[in-house]
Amino acid sequence: MLDSVIFLLASTLAAATPLLFAAVGEAVVEKTGVLNLSIEGMMAIGAATGFVVATLSGSYVQGFAMAAIASALLSAVFAGLVLTFLANQVAAGLAIGILGLGLSVLIGKEFEGTTIIPLQDLDLGTLSELPFIGPVLFSHDVMVYVGMATVIVCWWVLSHTRLGLIIRAVGESPSAAATIGYPVLLIRLLAIVFGGAMAGLGGAYLTLAYTPLWAEGLVAGRGWIVVALVVFGMWRPLRIAIGAYLFGAVSLLELFIQGQGYAIPSQLMSAMPYIITITVLAVISRNPRLIRLNHPASLGQTYNKSA
Amino acid sequence: MNSLLQLRGISKIYPAVVANDRIDLDIAPGEIHAILGENGAGKSTLMKLIYGVSQPDEGNITWQGKPVVIKSPAQARNLGIGMVFQHFSLFESLSVAQNISLAVKGSIKHLSEQVEAVGEEFGLPLSADTLVHSLSVGERQRVEIIRCLLQQPKLLIMDEPTSVLPPQGVQQLFNTLRKLRDTGCSILYISHKLEEIRQLCDKATILRSGKVVATARPGEHSNEELAHLMIGRTIAPPEHAPAEPASEQALSVTQLAYEPDDPFGTRLKDINLQVYPGEIVGIAGVSGNGQNELMRLISGEEMLTKQDTGDIFIGSQKSNTLTATQRRTLGLGFVPEERLGRGAVPDLSLSFNGLLTAYRHGLTRFGMIRHKKVRAFADECIAQNDVRCGGNQSVAASLSGGNLQKFIVGREIALAPSLFVLSQPTWGLDVGAASNIRKALLQLRDNGAAILVVSEELEELFEISDRLHVIYDGYLSPSLNARSATATQIGRWMTGEFSNAGEVA
Repeated sequence: MLDSVIFLLASTLAAATPLLFAAVGEAVVEKTGVLNLSIEGMMAIGAATGFVVATLSGSYVQGFAMAAIASALLSAVFAGLVLTFLANQVAAGLAIGILGLGLSVLIGKEFEGTTIIPLQDLDLGTLSELPFIGPVLFSHDVMVYVGMATVIVCWWVLSHTRLGLIIRAVGESPSAAATIGYPVLLIRLLAIVFGGAMAGLGGAYLTLAYTPLWAEGLVAGRGWIVVALVVFGMWRPLRIAIGAYLFGAVSLLELFIQGQGYAIPSQLMSAMPYIITITVLAVISRNPRLIRLNHPASLGQTYNKSA
Repeated sequence: MNSLLQLRGISKIYPAVVANDRIDLDIAPGEIHAILGENGAGKSTLMKLIYGVSQPDEGNITWQGKPVVIKSPAQARNLGIGMVFQHFSLFESLSVAQNISLAVKGSIKHLSEQVEAVGEEFGLPLSADTLVHSLSVGERQRVEIIRCLLQQPKLLIMDEPTSVLPPQGVQQLFNTLRKLRDTGCSILYISHKLEEIRQLCDKATILRSGKVVATARPGEHSNEELAHLMIGRTIAPPEHAPAEPASEQALSVTQLAYEPDDPFGTRLKDINLQVYPGEIVGIAGVSGNGQNELMRLISGEEMLTKQDTGDIFIGSQKSNTLTATQRRTLGLGFVPEERLGRGAVPDLSLSFNGLLTAYRHGLTRFGMIRHKKVRAFADECIAQNDVRCGGNQSVAASLSGGNLQKFIVGREIALAPSLFVLSQPTWGLDVGAASNIRKALLQLRDNGAAILVVSEELEELFEISDRLHVIYDGYLSPSLNARSATATQIGRWMTGEFSNAGEVA
């Protein structure tokens, strides 16, 4: 039993990492007032690109880097649509998301079904050998820790720095921010590209570490969970992280419960993460005060500089 | 004497209109200079040119003796020009100090100290770590002013600063501005309120249709003379015969206590209010004291729930939980405070905006829209109320605030409501347009309608009301006869000093 618990907790950290990257990136984007719904597609591009580059070059660093760049490029197209051509953010996000899914299939075409040696766990010496804590916390690959660090950095930047203040200001009232003299479009562009890169890293983590293979449709709706996680986390990185880990745990419960021999239909268990997400979102939206204090007021609205 | 700022032959031409036509302007160091003009006279355009938001098509600007081209607000600020906008550029979810730090260099801690120091020096008390959304409009304006002052401007532009202040607040602001002038800072004061300009300003430049028509020392002229210069004709204040209210009430709110959903809303406590046909009842008060909540409850945008107490009657019909549509069929007409979004749909044409509330009046048949009638209705509203726009197909958002307001009020009046409720009916309108709306209201009253007006402009309430209430912190004062009440008394009540006052009228 203890072994299963250790396994569940340890796997949770890995399962949550792709969500963590993408969700924190999206939180920053949404804090500037842009709703980018193309995360599913951006994660897919990252997953395919990372897998192909790492397979061909044998370098994980190059794999992750190219994954980030590829997704960032795709998000830059999205930025062009919504910032320059003032396209509707929801429609543009959906379109770019579908484009990303399609491109990922194209990129990974020659590699469909192939596997790769997963990213190795770090050897943290005595830390890794600690009972219980060792296997749960200190026996993971480097990206698990990079993900945690990203959350902390984003939290710190958003809540404690001038840059964070500017990001929040742009998201609350782009016209007021422009009046004071901030380059609203540039700030939004940078945020979108950052969000894209983060989604790319999340996607690459799936193919290079979590399920070390490439197959079409491998992102499997995680991009949408990410969108929900951002709201669940009230646009606050630390809460988002909690949400990501919670979600990771729930998605693993299926295996755990089957392992314990309970006869719960596996379809129901597979649906649990989504059911829980919907329930939690519904509960949260009943707290207007929390939403009003954290929700970027201009989220999803097209900002026309000349108007 | 050298001018601080000198404009020569400044013109700005927009596709449809010459907004500024060869404007000359001289501002001396340490003077309060008024720019006086109606809506659409070109005041805002001129300010935007000076503050670098847009650039003139012709003409020269000289700043402290040197020719300059002001390309952006940032450059204007570097030169020493600060501006307090009519619509504040503040962020509600951030604290006062954070808001200021977005525009002024320095750590939050250092800025907080400065905010409080400058606030004290110029009589603008403010706590630096409060979140802006919990501040009143007047306090927000203080934040804007302090933010400008911390940048040590040589010229401060104030765009209609008193439109959001209670009377005491206006005097307080004037004291601040005079102190500021005494430190050598010049102030460019944009307004259409003549009395204020006469009290405060050393010089005035008067604009009409984009041209300078006069410069004057406002203290040496009467309001009538200034008004005549500004609009080119004389307007008489509306006739205001005593009301002849009927005995059957058109609106009755009794012992209403209400808890709003919005956590930052104002709780209403024991509100009693009656409006009779043939009278205009005014509600004075600084915004954010419950006006919004009360208006929404009367209009039907919000309904009373089980936990609330009290009743709302429209005519003899209990309306606690009636929908807005049901209330309109009882004869309610309503003009909300926000013109775009609540009073009109920004992206719809004036025709369709007319249809929105008038559809029951023969503009539809068997559920189908009768387009010809809809356009005719809109045309009539446009013509009757002198709405300046590009015809009935113009999109609501393309109209200036004043013109859209004329359309909205006109639309409601055309429906001949038996109970007409308005919030800030003339906010931001110039003297001429405001006077037209007030006349129309009095006309409607004389035809037997019951009218309730919420306004922050005391002069307006005195001009048209028969009875006056004051709202403060969710409490409604007893009513006063508007003819015998004084501004001082209402002003005192606006700070809540009516709790012991008895029923006066």
